[in-house]
Amino acid sequence: MSQAIEREIDRSHMTVSDEVAIQISNMNKWYGEFHVLRDINLTVNRGERIVIAGPSGSGKSTMIRCINRLEEHQQGKIIVDGTELTSDLKNIDKIRSEVGMCFQHFNLFPHLTILENCTLAPMWVRKIPKREAEETAMHFLEKVKIPDQAHKYPGMLSGGQQQRVAIARSLCMKPRIMLFDEPTSALDPEMIKEVLDTMIELAEEGMTMLCVTHEMGFARQVANRVIFMDQGQIVEQNEPEEFFNNPKSERTKLFLSQILGH
Amino acid sequence: MSSQNTPLAYVRKEMLEQQPAPRGQVGVAKWMRENLFSGWFNTALTLVSIYVIYSLLKAVLPWAFGGVWTADSLQECRTILNDLHGNTHYACWAVINERWNQIVYGTFFPSSEYWRTHIAFVLLILAILPVLFDALPRKMLWITAVYPFLMVWLIWGGTIWGPVSVALGFVLAYMASQFAGRSLGSGLTGLIAVAVALIWWFFIGPSVTSGLNKVLPLLHLQEIQSRELGGFVICVIIGVSGIALSLPIGIVLALGRQSDLLIVKTICVGFIEFIRGVPLITLLFTASLLLNYFLPPGTEFDLTLRVIVMVTLFSSAYMAEVIRGGLAALPKGQYEAADALGLDYWKAQRLIIMPQALKISIPGIVNTFIGLFKDTTLVFFIGIFDMLAAAQAIRANSAWNGITWELYIFIGLIFWICCFAMSRYSQWLERKLRTDHR
Repeated sequence: MSQAIEREIDRSHMTVSDEVAIQISNMNKWYGEFHVLRDINLTVNRGERIVIAGPSGSGKSTMIRCINRLEEHQQGKIIVDGTELTSDLKNIDKIRSEVGMCFQHFNLFPHLTILENCTLAPMWVRKIPKREAEETAMHFLEKVKIPDQAHKYPGMLSGGQQQRVAIARSLCMKPRIMLFDEPTSALDPEMIKEVLDTMIELAEEGMTMLCVTHEMGFARQVANRVIFMDQGQIVEQNEPEEFFNNPKSERTKLFLSQILGH
Repeated sequence: MSSQNTPLAYVRKEMLEQQPAPRGQVGVAKWMRENLFSGWFNTALTLVSIYVIYSLLKAVLPWAFGGVWTADSLQECRTILNDLHGNTHYACWAVINERWNQIVYGTFFPSSEYWRTHIAFVLLILAILPVLFDALPRKMLWITAVYPFLMVWLIWGGTIWGPVSVALGFVLAYMASQFAGRSLGSGLTGLIAVAVALIWWFFIGPSVTSGLNKVLPLLHLQEIQSRELGGFVICVIIGVSGIALSLPIGIVLALGRQSDLLIVKTICVGFIEFIRGVPLITLLFTASLLLNYFLPPGTEFDLTLRVIVMVTLFSSAYMAEVIRGGLAALPKGQYEAADALGLDYWKAQRLIIMPQALKISIPGIVNTFIGLFKDTTLVFFIGIFDMLAAAQAIRANSAWNGITWELYIFIGLIFWICCFAMSRYSQWLERKLRTDHR
């Protein structure tokens, strides 16, 4: 599963500050009777790059989806950028516009061109004039290396290109935190690398990132912390070196042996 | 790496260029062989079908094209046919020529005022075009916005003040929403706007209008009662109003049905299920007979308006279900992506969800439109003089007693042209909006 990352990573901007970006305390969530997230406690500082791993159904996607309230938590507290997530819609929209998210299936808007996908939210949420929004969009499309596709529709692009557009679309909102929900799971192996490269560049600029992913190579190279989840709980977290070379819990050892074993 | 001698190994030295398809696999010959003569059974079916089509055309074409176009009665028409062909097995299109006005404008519409319907019709085309084709200048949409009021004035007559007052209600509501929107939430703003409009329409507007009518009867046209409307004119009035109003109401109902708010959802589901469960003709009878019992005495509520309301409600219930189908077909990821970007509910609906859901629903929406347009003939049963009623009247007249085919073929053809145009437009629109390129 792991992709080799050839180039040297520039760590000069990858600094973790003391400022807290996300604080999750005693968070619980149920789907009906099913206790999907159990007593989650997690503090993310600005500049951290966290990879969340775990078997399917362990609640890792649900957890990061709680951070921008695509899922609602039932107990505990989530504070993002100093704003607590409650049912107050104003707060939710505020946090959502500060927190970018990339999905497994990209979720680009198929009826809009690539450029329109990128300018829509800045224009309608941030009220930025069209010209300026388009300039920003082109800047980020250049960054993800697809400026020449700007006037095509998402359906005409490859999966890897679509995911990079999705990243650019999130970046156009100038988010302070980026969430990635299995961004490479729906991609062909050839395309995984181009998406990971984009994510690495983002990390190099000091973006606060939470990534649910199975790309352990990426975790080793980029993350400053790896979290392992199972059965809705955080089972183990550590620096990547320690996590991979010296896992403490039996469950983690088993998971790593399965995911790295082939 | 591996040697060429082992049977498993193979290395391509050069890539192949694209080759043209073999002859006989393209063009007319291929199509005919595949679709008409692919086996002895299909060949037999093809030959039988050709024979059936031939016999039909052989009977119909001389009847239609050998017909008479000018005559004052069926008697005269038959005489001419006998002189021409020696028999009367030919069409008498003359009835359409002679009774054209009755079919198009209805029996009671004063002939001196026909010009008003002509202007209204031309303006209708101008008002519809910018809605249908976005390549046209967007400023033309002003015609569309003004048209409903202009149409009411042109058809029903009176002074310009009545329609202006109704339009002013909308303007006041808009201004109130702009004013209140600065400090209040969107829900309360909407309520205030509706309240302002209602107060104007029911309390202030009527007295102002009647005052202006006395002092300054500007652009007064001869008043025409709803009972005097008829023919193709009433069909277009009801059909177009129903189509234009049922789509937005249907969208609101579909969204309401998916709402998390229990009361909104219950009202929408109840409305849709009730209206869909009742025949349109029942609603029309309610509109024409019963509604007056429920309204406070003395309120005059125009018959055509009542019919338009009922037809609109009826098709908006269907429309809501069609659009719900489109909403259900959208992947959940589209809602999530819109949410994750910080778009609020209405913006997400307007910019992301509805454009896609409506595109998916185009065939169903146009289906409902076509159904609505044809259902306008049902107003015949509540005493509105539409084209079918005109046909009935013409056949009851001694001059044309005995004529059937020609009249109903003509009326059917009018409906067919309108419906076929809608169908073709929707196909064009679907092709134009297709962006998935698969």
